[in-house]
Amino acid sequence: MSTLAPLPVVIPLSVAAILSALNKFVGRRLSEALAILTTIATGLICGELLLQARVQPVIHWFGGWTPRAGVALGISFVIDPIGAGAAVFTSLLVLAALIFSLHYFDTVGTLFHVLMLGFLGAMCGFALTGDLFNLFVFFELMSASAFALCGYKVEEPESMQGALNFGITNTVGAFLVLSGIGLLYGRTGALNMAQIGRTLGGNLDGLVITAFVFIMAGFFVKAAVFPFHFWLADAHAVAPTPVCVLFSGIMVELGIYAVLRVYWVIFDGPFAAHRWDVRALLLAVGSITAVVGAVMCFGQRHIKRLLAFSTVSHVGLLTIGFGVLKEDALAGVALYVLGHGLVKAALFLVAGLLLHRFSSVDELELHGRACRMHATGVVFFAAALGLASMPGFATFLGESGIIDGAKGIGQGWVRAVFVISGMLTAGAVLRVWGRVFRGMGKADDAETASAKKIDEGRETKAASHGIPAAMFAPAAGLVLLAIAIGLTPGVKRAVRTAAIVMQDRTGYQARVLEHAWISVTPAEEEHTPIGKGLAWSFGTTAAALALAFLSLSPYWPTKHVLVRPVAKTVHLLRAIHSGHVGDYVAFLTFGVAAFGVVLAVLIHLR
Amino acid sequence: MKRRGRMIFFLLSAAVFAGVYLWGLKGLPAVGHYRGPYGDVLNQVATYERHVTDIVTAVNFDYRGFDTLGEEFILFMSVVGGTVLLRRQREEEKSEHKDQALSDESPERQAPEPSDATRVLTLGLVGPLVVFGLYIVAHGQLTPGGGFQGGVILATAPLLVYLAGDLKKFKQITSHTLVEVAEAAGAGAYLAIGFAGLILGGAYLRNVAALGKTGMINSGGTIALINLATGLEVAAGFVLLLYAFLEQTLEIRLRGGK
Amino acid sequence: MSFFPYAVAAWLFVIGLYGIVTSRNFVHLVICLAVLQSSTYVLLLSIGYRVGGTAPVFAGVRVGTPAVDPVVQALMLTDIVVEATVVALLLALALQLHKRANTLDPDKLKALEG
Repeated sequence: MSTLAPLPVVIPLSVAAILSALNKFVGRRLSEALAILTTIATGLICGELLLQARVQPVIHWFGGWTPRAGVALGISFVIDPIGAGAAVFTSLLVLAALIFSLHYFDTVGTLFHVLMLGFLGAMCGFALTGDLFNLFVFFELMSASAFALCGYKVEEPESMQGALNFGITNTVGAFLVLSGIGLLYGRTGALNMAQIGRTLGGNLDGLVITAFVFIMAGFFVKAAVFPFHFWLADAHAVAPTPVCVLFSGIMVELGIYAVLRVYWVIFDGPFAAHRWDVRALLLAVGSITAVVGAVMCFGQRHIKRLLAFSTVSHVGLLTIGFGVLKEDALAGVALYVLGHGLVKAALFLVAGLLLHRFSSVDELELHGRACRMHATGVVFFAAALGLASMPGFATFLGESGIIDGAKGIGQGWVRAVFVISGMLTAGAVLRVWGRVFRGMGKADDAETASAKKIDEGRETKAASHGIPAAMFAPAAGLVLLAIAIGLTPGVKRAVRTAAIVMQDRTGYQARVLEHAWISVTPAEEEHTPIGKGLAWSFGTTAAALALAFLSLSPYWPTKHVLVRPVAKTVHLLRAIHSGHVGDYVAFLTFGVAAFGVVLAVLIHLR
Repeated sequence: MKRRGRMIFFLLSAAVFAGVYLWGLKGLPAVGHYRGPYGDVLNQVATYERHVTDIVTAVNFDYRGFDTLGEEFILFMSVVGGTVLLRRQREEEKSEHKDQALSDESPERQAPEPSDATRVLTLGLVGPLVVFGLYIVAHGQLTPGGGFQGGVILATAPLLVYLAGDLKKFKQITSHTLVEVAEAAGAGAYLAIGFAGLILGGAYLRNVAALGKTGMINSGGTIALINLATGLEVAAGFVLLLYAFLEQTLEIRLRGGK
Repeated sequence: MSFFPYAVAAWLFVIGLYGIVTSRNFVHLVICLAVLQSSTYVLLLSIGYRVGGTAPVFAGVRVGTPAVDPVVQALMLTDIVVEATVVALLLALALQLHKRANTLDPDKLKALEG
């Protein structure tokens, strides 16, 4: 039993408790230093766990309660490479956010660091746990810190409304998950995921379908999958920049991670004979999410809100990757999360820099004002290319993994969704780049001007002239890392091996419940020619660039007859993103009902 | 969506949602026929293994003690979050005197002075409540109750003082810094007990203290200790939340108005 | 009778959702969320109930007496704390919203449209 395993959770929480006790006595610098050191330590421990987990999944039974005759008495951490990797990545992004906030926030106090460390501990626990109810506990711990962080700027009413929308929809999601856990517990009398999976075996009935739908929908609220995604844009538009980095970079992706974990450990058995039904649902939902997010993204002028919708779109792509239910696609999802998290975090950090420098994140207001920020412009541009999955970025490895998997099951059409999403989201970001950093286009673009403008309050002291290195370095570092991962040979193979471990249900059960030594076979060398994928991805990048330039040029058709239906659809889409929490919860109810009916009908038809 | 449209959309979805949920519930064993095995195993072994009589407490603070640690930190983070959200802003001012604070409210909204009867009853209840709270905290391993339940009871004592007097009195008896430190100490103690288990027993939160004699107040090993830590954290946490809410609603005003 | 408590759980969940969707005041809405949550209490407790079982407290009772499931009760305790804290956080947000926007009606807040 590994004694390292609990540390990624309990060390940040311990320092959080200490900092909170010393709240009145420690200065800002000391608390910053402590928070950063703790995050680095957590990241290093997670890294060590990752190395250990590559040999065998690492197990820790809290309280020393090892299972008896296949019945788990206590709570376990089960750390496989994907879970450990998620924890490492979490620490990295928290570190970037903390470094960035060194020069940020006027009112940043010790309590901000307490909340950040709590958030870090919660996300690590969420990634490492092997117990279903414990997963719910960390889900809520994550939420409690996140709600407060989201509403940090209490002086703005929009901020309060965004945090409330976030809090209410996510809490409803949490209770969906808990109801699903209740159903499973009533059936199996177990809370340990491995034990639940083993007890359920291959039996599929109404209870299992409902439990799956509830748990999946609940985590999809966190993951911002259509039609559960509405809170995300509101929360991102109002949250402080370092918090946005964590929300978009890792918290949302952890929602997908939870569904993946639960599916492969618990539900893959019952749904084994009905994989195609699950696939049909997930591929459809993922595609809708990707397209809706991309279209909404292109129609924004508030940069943070624009980036938030791009996250929605990319979560749709991740859902597609999950829905393929194949190991290369699963590896693709892991790599895509990595690549997307890095470039998206960098984009948010640049947005934060703009806010710091010009007190605005409005695309039109900022027209041409950042022309002299060359280095920042380069980072923003590069990150935008990463968003389009240009070859060389980690996102490209992820994309090709997912698409290879989809082709393997004869669903090559998902390529089209990737192209649309990449073109529109990267196109929107490149348009912002062109307007803000190059001064292209006009300042009063009719098309974009109709989008919602939200006044964003300052997060820093008086406008400064230079950009502190501590604010610029994290953004540049994250983009470089995305490229470095994308160019490292062998990354894909290692992640594929990890994906095979994650999908090995019986191996996982034996490892957890009998402490068996399971065989970890490295994935075979990559043989698929990627020439065609390269061409497609370069094509998407070029299309995004073309779209951005076209939208900034006088030739952008705004009133053409062919454009009208598009404009109408966009208008309708905007209308349902109403900012009204009642609408959001109504859509949530609809989503759960629809998931249930679709799955039930599909399964009954066979 | 307009109200009407939202309503129709919701009602249709909710009908289907209820159908799906009921379909799932139909698969459960009939109410009253719990099949185990988790709870049954614990009911049989917990008293022997942990020398406790309240199995729920054994589950909460030993077998599934890590859940409770997470739960305690949910409370902890919410208290920190609440304090952050209700903090005073630069453009806000704080009025120290109660009369002044309420002067901008219309007369009918002003709370009347507490009557003598209220004062006597509430202040008289403070002592018994504190004793009762401590009793509940200390007997968690024996009878229903424990750190959470007792902590909440303890937190109501300062609230009674507020009811009997005013916010000033409430603040006099609750030193903010002290309560803050107490809260963090409670949460920290839970973590520290966990570390003790990791260092001495190789597993986080392993029960490494002497188990004592079943039925006695010192039984249960670390279960009793964790109960005390939790009681401290919960009591202090709720006092802090009350403090933040009362301060925000009664004292802090935006400059020149609300 | 053997299904009734489950039906209550489903009813509470749906009525909680109804309250959230139709609410015109965030404070009321947060309480509706608490109603929704009580659905999970009912669900958990009815799952662990056993006809004729005692409470899982063996003070003065022989160990081995049929008892109801202690695990769901422990889970429910966790659930209650979660509720109390989430409600506190959301109410704090609502309080600040009212202070700045002068309304608690979701229908009247238009800042985050589109």
